[in-house]
Amino acid sequence: MAADTASPSTSTLAPARRTRRTAVGVLIGVLLVALSVLSLFIGASHDVSLDGGVNTDGHGVFLLLTSRVPRTIALVLVGASLGIAGLIMQMLVRNKFVEPSTTGVTEFGSLGMLAILVFWPGMPVMLQMLVVAVFALFGTWVFLRVIRQVPVRHLVLVPLVGIMLGGVVGAITTFFAYNLDLLQSLGQWAQGSFASVMTGRYELVWFAAAMVVVAWFAADRFSVIGMGEEFATNLGLDYRRVVAIGMVVTAVITAAVLVTAGMLPFLGLVVPNVVSLIIGDNVRRSIPWVAGLGAVFVVACDILARTLRHPYEIPLSVIVGVIGAALFLWLLLRRRSRAH
Amino acid sequence: MLTDTVAAAPARPSVRSLWARPGVRLGALAAVVAVVAAFYLLWDIPPSVLLLGLQIRGLSILSMIVVAAAVGISTVVFHTITQNRILTPSIMGFDSFFGLIVTLTVFAFGSVGFLRADSYLMWAIQVLVMVGFSVFLFTWMFAGKRRSIHLMLLVGIVLGTFFRSFTEWMQRMLDPIDFQVVSDAMFASLTKPDPTLLLFTAVLVAGGVAILLPMLRTLDVLTLGEPAAVGLGVNHRRTVMILFLVVSVMIAASTALVGPIMFFGLIVANLAYSYAGSFRHRWTLPTAVLLGVLCLVGGQLVLEQVLGFGGMLSTIIEFVGGLFFLFLVLRKGAR
Repeated sequence: MAADTASPSTSTLAPARRTRRTAVGVLIGVLLVALSVLSLFIGASHDVSLDGGVNTDGHGVFLLLTSRVPRTIALVLVGASLGIAGLIMQMLVRNKFVEPSTTGVTEFGSLGMLAILVFWPGMPVMLQMLVVAVFALFGTWVFLRVIRQVPVRHLVLVPLVGIMLGGVVGAITTFFAYNLDLLQSLGQWAQGSFASVMTGRYELVWFAAAMVVVAWFAADRFSVIGMGEEFATNLGLDYRRVVAIGMVVTAVITAAVLVTAGMLPFLGLVVPNVVSLIIGDNVRRSIPWVAGLGAVFVVACDILARTLRHPYEIPLSVIVGVIGAALFLWLLLRRRSRAH
Repeated sequence: MLTDTVAAAPARPSVRSLWARPGVRLGALAAVVAVVAAFYLLWDIPPSVLLLGLQIRGLSILSMIVVAAAVGISTVVFHTITQNRILTPSIMGFDSFFGLIVTLTVFAFGSVGFLRADSYLMWAIQVLVMVGFSVFLFTWMFAGKRRSIHLMLLVGIVLGTFFRSFTEWMQRMLDPIDFQVVSDAMFASLTKPDPTLLLFTAVLVAGGVAILLPMLRTLDVLTLGEPAAVGLGVNHRRTVMILFLVVSVMIAASTALVGPIMFFGLIVANLAYSYAGSFRHRWTLPTAVLLGVLCLVGGQLVLEQVLGFGGMLSTIIEFVGGLFFLFLVLRKGAR
């Protein structure tokens, strides 16, 4: 793959390449539909504990509607919005290897979660999301501020600093959680599983979905931001305002996902990178791709999580972490010649 | 021997010019550390159990010295290798391996089995696994064309995340008592080391120091960056390889002895750079070690005697270290 940072103008693409791109796009769509249907029926056809039997009379349909369908919708929305969060962060920082979990944003969010557990354990879910979003926003601000002072933008140094930052915030969270005996409950919560996703527990991810729409409308602005501050200002963009929009979008997505599903590391990093390898770096064009591929990724991981140790569930974050880490490594090592 | 900051000492040196000399600064620090250590040993010790008390306290001072030496030296050397002062060697997943081994043991033999396990064997396994991992990482990432330290670190971190998610999943399946044992083990405990293990660790750390001593000047040259170092005749790759091995062994040994310590080295190293009055390693390294001892012994003294709880030192140091790191990057940027 040569043109992984090709210029956004894709109107002069060779027809062969365009056909291939269309083919991949269709494939993502088909995969998403197929996997979603599969995800609906895995529980209903095997999982006795969730279905109370194999007979699909009215009872089975009821369960399908209150538990299976919300779960699958939540998975799709979470995957799609996390991918978008990663994409926007990569534009803001101008670095291919950032996303909420490599910038400390996720860890700031879980610090917010700890604050909730300590001060108001029964807080309504909406408020929880708000609190976590505020913490995540602060985390984004800290990271951007730190990164602005890195003299040479080493491709690899930026996520390294971000992960360091995340490690520090994580250590602070652990320190308090350990002394307040909240370590295991915090861990349970951060491990993220969709087993508890039911009607009334998953509606938050619609906020994340709304953010995806916002991102779509602001897409071209993010593309320009990706060219750098001087460039954007020369074109007459209010750089700071666009950055602020991007920060809010990523913070809300991170918060909504954290509160409903826990930590899903590397997803927002891997998906946009794979998409960028296929179609290049035009944000507006890649948003549907990133959303689709992210959704496919999460739904597939969730199917794995439910079938590998049947009838038990492996936490989704473990599967996402393992597969995401492997893909991240592949991305890191394939661009070794440009690693500096 | 050149003096670094003062070209030629004037006939009657004023206090200020004396204080500018790294040797004087180091001496002053050593004197302070000696006083604090003596305080820690003898303060409020009941005469009836003098010998036993001295033994217990002496042992914990020794373990603090060994840990401070391992962490301080390895962090400073690591900063030199990576050309970056806000990284810490333990970020590369050493702690995730520690957690993985502890969790696996508890998972397989229960918490009783873990607490009764042969501690020598555990220590040896942990050191071997951690050093093995970093050697593997290093040879893999540093062989051939891929010669980027930062890339290597990132790969190490990603692998660490990989193992950590696996560990967390296993911890979820533990009952609360077992989980308590695991999470207690994940917090460093500095005061009650096993004497034999302390000796093993001290030997490894001393070995590392012996390897580093003849390389002090090479280290100084490395701070100029790779191209300059190569231009001055340093075999960069070989040198970095040796240094990296020494760092790995030191961190692995101290982690296996007292548990994971992440940010302590950062505080100590960065304070050492500003206090030492010189950037040459013959001054920064001992300063970092002494500052480490001062932090640990002084901190323990204050906690035990003034505040009356002793087991919290490592978590407090980590916490303060984390805040210090945030302060550092927000003020100076990530250099």
